[in-house]
Amino acid sequence: MKRKLGRGVAVVGAGVGKFGAFPRHDSRDLFAQAFRELRASVDRGFDPAEVEALYLGNYSSDLFEHQGHLAPIVASWVGLTPRAALRVEDACASGGVALRQAVLAVASGLYDVVLVGGVERMTALPTEAVTDTLATAGDVLYEFSAGFTFPGFYAAMATAYAAKYGMPYEALFAVARKNHAHGALNDKAQFGMTIRAIMDRRMAKAREKGGPVPSWEDELDFLRDPGANPPVAWPLRLFDCSPITDGAAALLVVAEKVARRYTDRPLRVLGTGQASDACLYGRADLASLRAAREAAAQAYAMAGVTPDQIKLAEVHDCFTIAEVLAIEDLGLFPPGQGWRAAADGATSREGRIPVNTSGGLKAKGHPVGASGVAQVVELWKQMRGEAGPRQVARDVDLALAHNVGGTGQTCVVHILERG
Amino acid sequence: MVEREFTHASWAEFLAEGKLMGVRCRACGALSAVPRLVCPACRVEDLEWVELSGRGAVEGFTVIHVPPTPLAAAGYGRDRPYASAVVRLDEGPWITAQLVGVDPQRPESLRVGMRVRAEVVHQGEAVRLGFRPEG
Ligand SMILES: [Zn+2]
Repeated sequence: MKRKLGRGVAVVGAGVGKFGAFPRHDSRDLFAQAFRELRASVDRGFDPAEVEALYLGNYSSDLFEHQGHLAPIVASWVGLTPRAALRVEDACASGGVALRQAVLAVASGLYDVVLVGGVERMTALPTEAVTDTLATAGDVLYEFSAGFTFPGFYAAMATAYAAKYGMPYEALFAVARKNHAHGALNDKAQFGMTIRAIMDRRMAKAREKGGPVPSWEDELDFLRDPGANPPVAWPLRLFDCSPITDGAAALLVVAEKVARRYTDRPLRVLGTGQASDACLYGRADLASLRAAREAAAQAYAMAGVTPDQIKLAEVHDCFTIAEVLAIEDLGLFPPGQGWRAAADGATSREGRIPVNTSGGLKAKGHPVGASGVAQVVELWKQMRGEAGPRQVARDVDLALAHNVGGTGQTCVVHILERG
Repeated sequence: MVEREFTHASWAEFLAEGKLMGVRCRACGALSAVPRLVCPACRVEDLEWVELSGRGAVEGFTVIHVPPTPLAAAGYGRDRPYASAVVRLDEGPWITAQLVGVDPQRPESLRVGMRVRAEVVHQGEAVRLGFRPEG
């Protein structure tokens, strides 16, 4: 059935903090930085006293920093008390789902002005504890006990996809190269460097130290080297994986009827969709995410648009294979063809459908609860022509964000139109 | 057959006894390799335990070099990886488990579609499900 929002909803402000490792910043500090950028982004200014509620995407402040009940703390840190504040958790889709909940609340008429946040502080824990925490987004009883880690889940999807469609594993290198090339143009990215620059820096460091200098011929040679790019969960290697990141993002979501109070250039939320799926062992196919296809179908139907009309997409590339699955599940490429897209240049900034111009989770970083919100911040910048050096040349009047939780047990898709 | 609650604890007890048990819906026949109280196919609450053959084929797999802490504590790590897989049992349902009797240092020796057979693995106090390549 075709669903519509009860009333129009618009995004009128967006901000994101620098992504990276910030040992001196807690979640509340990270969020406050994103909030400051959001505040500056509202064309006609905005008074935080107008905000009626905060929807905060956060996966696990409990485990990452031993802090539960995060939303009221964050609300108080930016002066929203006593407004309603709640944390929304759907693993790595927490941010996208927080946005969707805010959209539903505004569409219902309950609120006119809502702040959407996403935040995660992950680097305070050692890597093994981060691995454990992320793995709890799968089934602890039947998957974690079978030795699966988060990269392991996606690695299993990669082997299934490769077997089904004949993809050579090295095809995934192209996704990493493309997203690092985009990330190099994003001053908020954790890895604002191309893979070539990372490689050159390592060679220069080896030269400085007077040790043996690796003789990589090119980026492909570098990525093939198990010393430089070791396996994490074969066939996925280090450069197939998004990093461990601290970061936050924020959006100002309002009823369309009050949008002009804030800006003459709002983004209209044209479509929203969300779906769930069983854990990996409850699926029928490992080479596609059913929840993503379902969420996309809902969002396209609500928006009344088709995949070929989308001008730009931010998709959930927690691992390189995830981007391949995403662009197929979203209908941007036919099943079995997505693995060629990055190598062909189709998904680059200059390509037919630019994907992850921000650098994606791969290069920008993946503070899990913030990622879904940060994707929409990128759409905001690109659609308004404010993306700086990474601004795409084409006019982006229609764009899409795709945010996955866990191994695809949750997916949320949003389609935005420039009003 | 056996009167045992449809819980993970019961499933793990069966496994310790050397049996891979699943549940079957008496109404629609749907099979699940893990216990449930409600049939996910037809939502009827009329299930029974059934013993599974334990034979199946690999649907997807990985060799893990960065393990979670329980496996790191068991000695696995960057230089001592292990393999895990999603297995499609011959009766239809899927299940996740470690692969045993394979060489994790040679992932190219593993294949999607590879035939495997269930095996109970004792790791210290813990009892785990494993799958070993057939033949
Ligand atoms: Zn049934």
